[in-house]
Amino acid sequence: MTERTPGPERTPVPERNREAVEGTAVGAGGLDAVPALEIDPILDDRGTRIIVCCGSGGVGKTTTAAALGVRAAERGRRVVVLTIDPARRLAQSMGIDALDNTPRKVDGIKGSDGGELHAMMLDMKRTFDEIVEAHADPARARAILENPFYQSLSAGFAGTQEYMAMEKLGQLRARDEWDLIIVDTPPSRSALDFLDAPKRLGSFLDGKFIKLLMAPAKVGGRAGMKFLNVGMSMMSGTLGKLLGGQFLGDVQTFVAAMDTMFGGFRTRADATYRLLQAPGTAFLVVAAPERDALREAAYFVERLAAEGMPLAGLVLNRVHGSGAAGLSAERARAAAENLEEGRMGDRGPGKTGLRGVPATSSEPSHHATAADSSARPSAARPSAAPEAAPTADVTEEHGTDPDTDQDLARLTAGLLRLHAERMRVLAREQRTRDRFTALHPEVAVTEVAALPGDVHDLAGLRAIGERLSSPRGGS
Amino acid sequence: MSRLQVVSGKGGTGKTTVAAALALALATEGKRTLLVEVEGRQGIAQLFETEALPYEERKIAVAPGGGEVYALAIDAERALLDYLQMFYKLGGAGRALKKLGAIDFATTIAPGVRDVLLTGKACEAVRRRERDGHPAYDHVVMDAPPTGRITRFLNVNDEVAGLARIGPIHNQAQAVMKVLKSPDTAVHLVTLLEEMPVQETADGIAELRAAGLPVGRVVVNMVRPQVLDEAAVRAASGDHREAIARTLVSAGVTGGAALVEPLLDQAAEHARRVELEREQRAVLDGIGLPAYELPYLGDGADIAGLYRLAKELRRQGVGAA
Repeated sequence: MTERTPGPERTPVPERNREAVEGTAVGAGGLDAVPALEIDPILDDRGTRIIVCCGSGGVGKTTTAAALGVRAAERGRRVVVLTIDPARRLAQSMGIDALDNTPRKVDGIKGSDGGELHAMMLDMKRTFDEIVEAHADPARARAILENPFYQSLSAGFAGTQEYMAMEKLGQLRARDEWDLIIVDTPPSRSALDFLDAPKRLGSFLDGKFIKLLMAPAKVGGRAGMKFLNVGMSMMSGTLGKLLGGQFLGDVQTFVAAMDTMFGGFRTRADATYRLLQAPGTAFLVVAAPERDALREAAYFVERLAAEGMPLAGLVLNRVHGSGAAGLSAERARAAAENLEEGRMGDRGPGKTGLRGVPATSSEPSHHATAADSSARPSAARPSAAPEAAPTADVTEEHGTDPDTDQDLARLTAGLLRLHAERMRVLAREQRTRDRFTALHPEVAVTEVAALPGDVHDLAGLRAIGERLSSPRGGS
Repeated sequence: MSRLQVVSGKGGTGKTTVAAALALALATEGKRTLLVEVEGRQGIAQLFETEALPYEERKIAVAPGGGEVYALAIDAERALLDYLQMFYKLGGAGRALKKLGAIDFATTIAPGVRDVLLTGKACEAVRRRERDGHPAYDHVVMDAPPTGRITRFLNVNDEVAGLARIGPIHNQAQAVMKVLKSPDTAVHLVTLLEEMPVQETADGIAELRAAGLPVGRVVVNMVRPQVLDEAAVRAASGDHREAIARTLVSAGVTGGAALVEPLLDQAAEHARRVELEREQRAVLDGIGLPAYELPYLGDGADIAGLYRLAKELRRQGVGAA
């Protein structure tokens, strides 16, 4: 939710605003106490080889990763951005309509230092297939690729995406063609899945259970079952009952065929995990100033510390600011009421708007379309907020110049009400941030001001990069 | 209204909040609803400000008119162990299986099995009856995985069909699909009036339809009041800055002159957003689904906000016969 156009014009002023917010609605512990996250030194440091963007869904991780990629490339790095599930528009914003499993060069990167940007989208099945093809002879590879269990596992397992993201990261790092890899993390049910899923698959591939499954296959298929002790056959029997014998058969065949590759999987997963703990890696936790997103961010910060993974800081997206933060919500609202009561006797209290447009014509989304209901499949789009101020839908025929004092009063009251609403949002965002800061005062933060719409091109990504690198959200 | 209400949506659109509000709305006037979560995030407990939910149905809220909302955090592992116990009396063997990693395999690695267990538990609650033959719950509301994964999650039959062609998991998948594809189920998608969530909603609906799953409604969440539109802002940013400054002062705002510019900036942003929202509304209208609209909660989604959203849903027809 976004209020700002990217571009050279003024950016919001959380700087001024912070003081005012602290002074009015919010208690102590504002951002001034928080270390600022400086992005550019991280991007410019040739020692930084991997940046991981993590956080819960819908906070702008992928956009952040892409914007960092553009900025790093334009500052002379040779960058590859590994996205997991980019929105179509975002892929297009990098000039790539079909991101696929191979890095593609992004055109239009400006920069005199020979920087380049490449982008790719993880195709988990393709990545898994490639590993199989690379590590097994053709006959065995075909057997694996055709196995029903493999097909479900490679396309469906909830952790495959995370695991394959790790694999891909390892591969990109090993190729050594890029001096900076920026990774977006999968939209998991929890941000921590990215760290846990590879281990889970690894422990499955390594565990007792898989050995048990392999045992009969090794000694001659299901006939070998009879050599197993009673406990094991009971277990196999139970699973067979539960899943159907053929399912277990598929798993066993798969496991037998994959046998020689298991060591490799585990070794590579461990190596990538160690890579993430190395000094050349920087984790950026991405969040929006909302309770759930910041709670996930706090979990992630704690988890990274526990795993000894290097956290660079928190990217707080979609932060609202106000250039008029000295004017509190209460005062703005009171002033709006003054104007409305004093000069707008023809309208009910609490209504704001412009002109003499009746309030009923003003909610284009609701009432106005009731007339052309053919455009709407059903009448069920009732008005959202009963207490919401009706829109002042000024039409051309009513003119657009506030000629009279009354018009001016309405317009000014509208500006004040908007401002009161903005200040309420600011106060709430500040409270949420303060909660995070109280838990993790050591975490450096950069704020990115809210944008009015989605990013559509490199210029948009560039503008976000600009905001990312000015920690207080403005320039 | 369908007995099983599945709520999905892109991350960050507030689907847990909407699911909770829907459960409250459906419980109004003496009904009983069960709100289930399936992703182990304890989002419901956070929302209702209670301690973490155990694997048991527990009353978490009272709805207006004497209704009750129960909540359950479904855990795939516990569901599987229950299941083994119920059908095979395998309490002890369950522990042995767990030690071997077999339970972990079945609930996290074997594709689709986890989803069958999660949706299976929700469907069981839908079908469950009291001794007197009345349904245990009037409605079951599921806080489901996000839009990008919802079709795969619900379409368990396809997922499991290739693997477990016989056996109880197969039968379970069949039974679950029967409920999920019936008019007893409605899948709602929560969105914001922003480009990416709207696009994802359109894609999600197409996927659900292709899989034969019953799409319910679009829920447009966090709709903000529209105070000024572009024409008004154009008017204001003309040659009226001084007049506006005077008006501010007359209304009791000190330092009016310095405030005019930032206030007009905010108005311009607002107008731009109103325009974008209008565009996204047009896209949603093109989808051709009925919609609920819920207001933005300025103070965040707390319990008071939930009740307000529930009331709003009632007003828009939720729970009407």
